[in-house]
Amino acid sequence: MRYLPLTPADRAEMLATIGVGTIDDLFSDVPEAARRRDLFDLPLHAGELEVERELSGLAAMNRPAGAGPFFCGAGAYRHHVPATVDHIIQRSEFLTSYTPYQPEIAQGTLQVLFEFQTQVAALTGLDVANASMYDGSTACAEAVMMSQRVTRRKKAVLSGGLHPQYAATTQTIAHAEGMDIVRQPAAIDAEAAVLNAIDAETACVVVQTPNVFGVVTDVTKIAEAAHAAGALLIVVTTEAVSYGLLKSPGEMGADIAVAEGQSIGNGLNFGGPYVGLFACREKLVRQMPGRLCGETVDAEGRRGFVLTLSTREQHIRREKATSNICTNSGLCALAFTIHLSLLGERGLRELAALNHSKARELRDALAAVPGVEILTPRFFNEFAIRLKGDAAAVVEALLADGVVAGVPFSRLNPHAGMDDVLLVSATETTTSEHIQAFASALAGRTA
Amino acid sequence: MTMQNVGRPTRPQAATQSGHTSLTGARGLLQDEALIFELGGWDKTGVDLAPGDHDASDLGDLVRAAPIGLPGLSEPEAVRHYVRLSQKNHAIDLALYPLGSCTMKHNPRLNEKMARLAGFADLHPLAPQSTVQGALALMDRLAHWLKTLTGMPAVALSPKAGAHGELCGLLAIRAAHEANGQGHRRTVLVPTSAHGTNPATAAFVGYSVVEIAQTDDGRVDITDLAAKLSPDVAAIMVTNPNTCGLFERDVIEIGRLTHEAGAYFYCDGANFNAIVGRVRPGDLGVDAMHINLHKTFSTPHGGGGPGAGPVVLSAALAPFAPAPWVVAGEGGFKLVEETTDEAAQGFGRMSAFHGQMGMFVRAYAYMLSHGSDGLRQVAEDAVLNANYIKAKLSPVMTPAFPDGPCMHEALFDDTWLEGTDITTLDFAKAMIDEGFHPMTMYFPLVVHGAMLIEPTETESKLELDRFCDALTALAQAAKGGDVERFKGAPYLAPLRRLDETQAARKPRLTWRPDDKGVSPAPLAAE
Repeated sequence: MRYLPLTPADRAEMLATIGVGTIDDLFSDVPEAARRRDLFDLPLHAGELEVERELSGLAAMNRPAGAGPFFCGAGAYRHHVPATVDHIIQRSEFLTSYTPYQPEIAQGTLQVLFEFQTQVAALTGLDVANASMYDGSTACAEAVMMSQRVTRRKKAVLSGGLHPQYAATTQTIAHAEGMDIVRQPAAIDAEAAVLNAIDAETACVVVQTPNVFGVVTDVTKIAEAAHAAGALLIVVTTEAVSYGLLKSPGEMGADIAVAEGQSIGNGLNFGGPYVGLFACREKLVRQMPGRLCGETVDAEGRRGFVLTLSTREQHIRREKATSNICTNSGLCALAFTIHLSLLGERGLRELAALNHSKARELRDALAAVPGVEILTPRFFNEFAIRLKGDAAAVVEALLADGVVAGVPFSRLNPHAGMDDVLLVSATETTTSEHIQAFASALAGRTA
Repeated sequence: MTMQNVGRPTRPQAATQSGHTSLTGARGLLQDEALIFELGGWDKTGVDLAPGDHDASDLGDLVRAAPIGLPGLSEPEAVRHYVRLSQKNHAIDLALYPLGSCTMKHNPRLNEKMARLAGFADLHPLAPQSTVQGALALMDRLAHWLKTLTGMPAVALSPKAGAHGELCGLLAIRAAHEANGQGHRRTVLVPTSAHGTNPATAAFVGYSVVEIAQTDDGRVDITDLAAKLSPDVAAIMVTNPNTCGLFERDVIEIGRLTHEAGAYFYCDGANFNAIVGRVRPGDLGVDAMHINLHKTFSTPHGGGGPGAGPVVLSAALAPFAPAPWVVAGEGGFKLVEETTDEAAQGFGRMSAFHGQMGMFVRAYAYMLSHGSDGLRQVAEDAVLNANYIKAKLSPVMTPAFPDGPCMHEALFDDTWLEGTDITTLDFAKAMIDEGFHPMTMYFPLVVHGAMLIEPTETESKLELDRFCDALTALAQAAKGGDVERFKGAPYLAPLRRLDETQAARKPRLTWRPDDKGVSPAPLAAE
């Protein structure tokens, strides 16, 4: 077995050193009834070639997003990731190291986290950011629970423009912690409705921009209303590239910003692993979940970085911790920060503008298709359209034309009565030929 | 899982310079690397994009006006920056990485290659299900392996790490109690030796945590457990093999007593590596157990994640599993994403989408490579290696539980350091100078000055001997009064001991333009 270095002679010698006769003697504490003597009913070990053959076979049964015209977004976006990113994250020292608990021999990871935190704070327009969460949806749930710790209130109002799977995650996790989750009904322009739901019991208001239908909203007024009621505003973003074009959550008054960072540096990976971004105002820092990296000095006075404020965390505080999170998304955060360092301010702004431009091109092409109604007034790189008939059926039909048309809203929320709504997205990877192929296929199907 | 658990930040003693110093701050070929914010690339980019039509007039005043404050690097500068930083990290690929409870084993590169196949890496989670049948098949096969290896009938794949899996397990337990009219149960019993995530998770779900005592031989005190099991107890959370590296001999009785009291048995599966292929948790009475794919099944730790924490469930808990899950049908595989339709009892959703697919591919490749025979050998070699270390180091250090074998990790206390003025922390830091990552320190909490060593099965006898020789030499130095070797350690690492107290007292969590280095220049006009 190629991954196991011990030889039979090694094993015999080691058993002798230990002073036992057989390996079974080392498992003597296992109750007799639970000892499995036979091999399990699973295949025996296999060589690289055989493993590669089986997995390549499974991979070949899938249609990758890059295989042709592809317009799915809704929380995961296909962007081009520079080759440098994947090369660096595969370096042994990053890939095969543990959480940086021994700072003297983990400065590589720690400095990266410090840079990551600074970048995330800058993007979101807030003061501090943590070293990442699992993904955007769990970051959203954590933000809602943090609002309870800050305000000592239990009610969270989730806008109807919040990604339904984010809302479901938040409902599951934050409700488990004892919060009352008020989910507003799905609507294209749902944000204004949250104003009426804010009251003196409200811990937080959760608003997504661009929202799940792609609508970009100025949340300044919502921030003012939330603050007037003593509540926090949490702004969610599922497309991190949009930070390059749009006003930041901090500029609009958000107290906490959470985002899915997949778009920058990370592939689609069928939904994970991704990287949750989490930023907030400085005065809230001691209520934050997750790891934080801070600057300090070593015994010779040289600058260095350590994990800090760990008295918030589970390994110190146990049942009094701000979160139970331990492992987060370190390597995905590294990919994010490398890609963003390559882009820089100039590159990110150009990338965002390009995405917006592609989406407008897509909008113009689809608007010209008879029977298609554009529902999203202001968008970044995705928007919703209304079709004549069931959107899921149209998506299935267009597969025959080689086009993956987008995400039917009914897949995210089958109960909203929006079966004719399709979410479509374009990025810098979308070509004009793809857009034309989509438009003509759609015209052919809806004609 | 839990590392330096001394409970408060440490601060180094004022140190003398360690011998020769350079004029620039470099250490030999190890550069003193600045932060990207100090490298000056405020108008620079390392990405060439196609020119676009930058008309954002439709967005009006929703467009960002002020500079963001992001430096850019050209590709050669970026490569150099990150490669230089990487050289300041220790890694499994460099040496034995003996972090107890963390299972730092070799990460096969085949698994990385497989996860990067476009048919997995370039799949959108919401792509039409007819276009992702291979991905769903892989999830189904991974589930089959996990169920077979644990002897459990169901598995929830979506949890993203161990602690997320614990949360999933406890939510399933709570949902089951509520469905059975037992929603009033408010207590979770946790041994004092548990990982910090266990009580944190229980508290998170709203349970109050009551600790179970431990016996002198490092196991759950079953008398204390029996006394504390009441109609108010919802679950027990027990790690097995436990955090002392020992198998809970009475585990079947623990399960029986728990069930008799109407509670569920949650097992923390962090240490599954010790028993995989030899013992099935399902045979021990376990109702729910998370499996850290980044431990037992070798997906890379990545400097702190991503992980994956699928949770296997007993028949009693299976109906309460969260969405989504894969079902095999006539037309192929189907992903059930809404709990309201086909199983009204599901407790909800752990995250958007379907879990850590990239980790599933790696873990499945690992399983196929080992097979049923190789996985059994994994457990045996992991346990053999730990017992070998225990035997080799017992003459110079004090094992916390000298009698009987340990499982996959060897636990020592600090009795042997008495009178030396050297602490567990000092000893661990001195290991760095000898080329090894410290072991897990001060955990579990039940052992004074704990040193928990987990070698894993992917270490050769030669590497184990090198490690034991280094620790023996250090132990002899400690007992010989060479205190400075320890108090000032590490001397030879990229940095000396860091001042954690200062970091916590006045947190500096982001770089600010006025800190040091150059300030961001205003953005040049577009």
